[in-house]
Amino acid sequence: MEFTRAEVCVVAASDSWRNAGEVLAHAVGTVPALSARLARLTHSPDLVLSDGEAFFMSEPAPLGKTAADGGVVEAWAPFSSIFDILQSGRRRSMMGASQLDRYGNQNISCIGDWRQPKRQLIGVRGAPGNTVNHRTNYWVSRHSSRVFVEKVDVVSGVGNDRARANGGAALRFHDLGVVITDLAVLDYGPDGRLRIRSVHPGVTVEEVQRSTGFDLDGTDAVETRTPTSEELRLIREVIDPKSLRSREVPA
Amino acid sequence: MSVEEFASTIESGMTVGIGGWGSRRKPMALVRALLRTDVTDLTVVSLGGPDVGLLCAAGKVRKVAYGFVSLDSIPLDPHFRAARESGSVEIAEYDEGMFVAGLKAAAQRLSFLPTRAGLASDVLTMNPGLRTVTSPYDDGEEYVAMPALRMDVALIHLNRADAAGNGQYLGPDPYFDDLYSMAADRCYLSCEEIVPTERLREAPFQSLLIRRMYVDGVIETPHGAHFTSCVPDYDRDEAFQREYAAAAKDPESWSRFEEAYLRGDESGYQAAVADFASTGTRSA
Repeated sequence: MEFTRAEVCVVAASDSWRNAGEVLAHAVGTVPALSARLARLTHSPDLVLSDGEAFFMSEPAPLGKTAADGGVVEAWAPFSSIFDILQSGRRRSMMGASQLDRYGNQNISCIGDWRQPKRQLIGVRGAPGNTVNHRTNYWVSRHSSRVFVEKVDVVSGVGNDRARANGGAALRFHDLGVVITDLAVLDYGPDGRLRIRSVHPGVTVEEVQRSTGFDLDGTDAVETRTPTSEELRLIREVIDPKSLRSREVPA
Repeated sequence: MSVEEFASTIESGMTVGIGGWGSRRKPMALVRALLRTDVTDLTVVSLGGPDVGLLCAAGKVRKVAYGFVSLDSIPLDPHFRAARESGSVEIAEYDEGMFVAGLKAAAQRLSFLPTRAGLASDVLTMNPGLRTVTSPYDDGEEYVAMPALRMDVALIHLNRADAAGNGQYLGPDPYFDDLYSMAADRCYLSCEEIVPTERLREAPFQSLLIRRMYVDGVIETPHGAHFTSCVPDYDRDEAFQREYAAAAKDPESWSRFEEAYLRGDESGYQAAVADFASTGTRSA
């Protein structure tokens, strides 16, 4: 069956929610949001979805919309409770990254010196708290050496080297899982460094390495699995009939 | 009280907390009233949106303490971005959860609250005064000691209130307005409608968020959260927010925006906004 790169990404991201258990899925971006919905409809029915505002949804609202636009509300979760939930650990994130280094330090705050940045970005937002409280994965829609850099300008999301050096409360629940990109799935080796777990169909290990601003081990890289026909049906007919995914990952 | 009476109580150099969240239920009429005064040198404490943007654009801000400054449908407020990139404001950038811990500490009159958020991140670098605290118990854990975000004045906007300052929200999220009211020495509450106290019973008890003992002034400002959302009274005015953000791109277009919307009083603003809504263009 034919499939697009965006669909490979959604399925790879969906696999990152496996065994998450009954936790709140925090998904930033189109592919992450689609992936959480796909995971819930396939292998992870206990996953908890929110409308991005104040409600948890047993039937999610239309993609990108809130409970006011449809779906079935199962719980009230205003912002104040979200911080309680993330500190309780019953949450898993897939966030974006403007910069990411080899140890998974992530930056979404600003580019340049934080005192007077060259480019102000969205700020650290919840990244510091997320990364020291529960599993955090990342989604990078355009894999390039501008994102994968030797050194991030501001550590918003905490990487493995810093969590380990700090130890204690910073390390106790620190848990970086995978980085899904439009080219590959990366995970972290025992040394805490990113490596290539799989490359998407049609992508070479060398291409991923060329698009990364630091050395990336590709020794054990396999090919990312292809979507099943049932997954493709769910993506195309149920979850994303308007193909918002192809705007984030062009075919 | 009137918005003018409210504005006359604010002095230069104060720390002003602003409730709501991003571009949601912000006390914008009170912010606009501040724009018309000559107060300056403010420290603004906010889960920020166009409140922070407007005050930065007007040169009223010395420092912003924030968890973020977002317009929600536009990821970053353009005036705040410009202020950052020109280095014209000081910042205290916190993780969102740390910011909430700072509000809670202030509301409880504590000097800090411990939190895991921020550990090992550059939030500690960007806030050189931040300290950690070690648990006195056997675990010996070290946490961030998030300092209290205590304010001179807090500004909040709700759907309904009585004249005594009992405030009611009717939308899906209280945000942190109750904490703001308790974290400040004085709190001013604007609302869509001041109602007789007995009418507060028309909505569920759980909607009674704000208690009068934490409120020093109530200001009726219909459409007073515009252009942020004030659900269920109204949604965000996305078209006007886009107009606001587009006007930020150069000084000339910004001064035209100011001329059209911010030179007059609140009723002038609301009239100009109604004109924009019906024609899709500015009146001036």
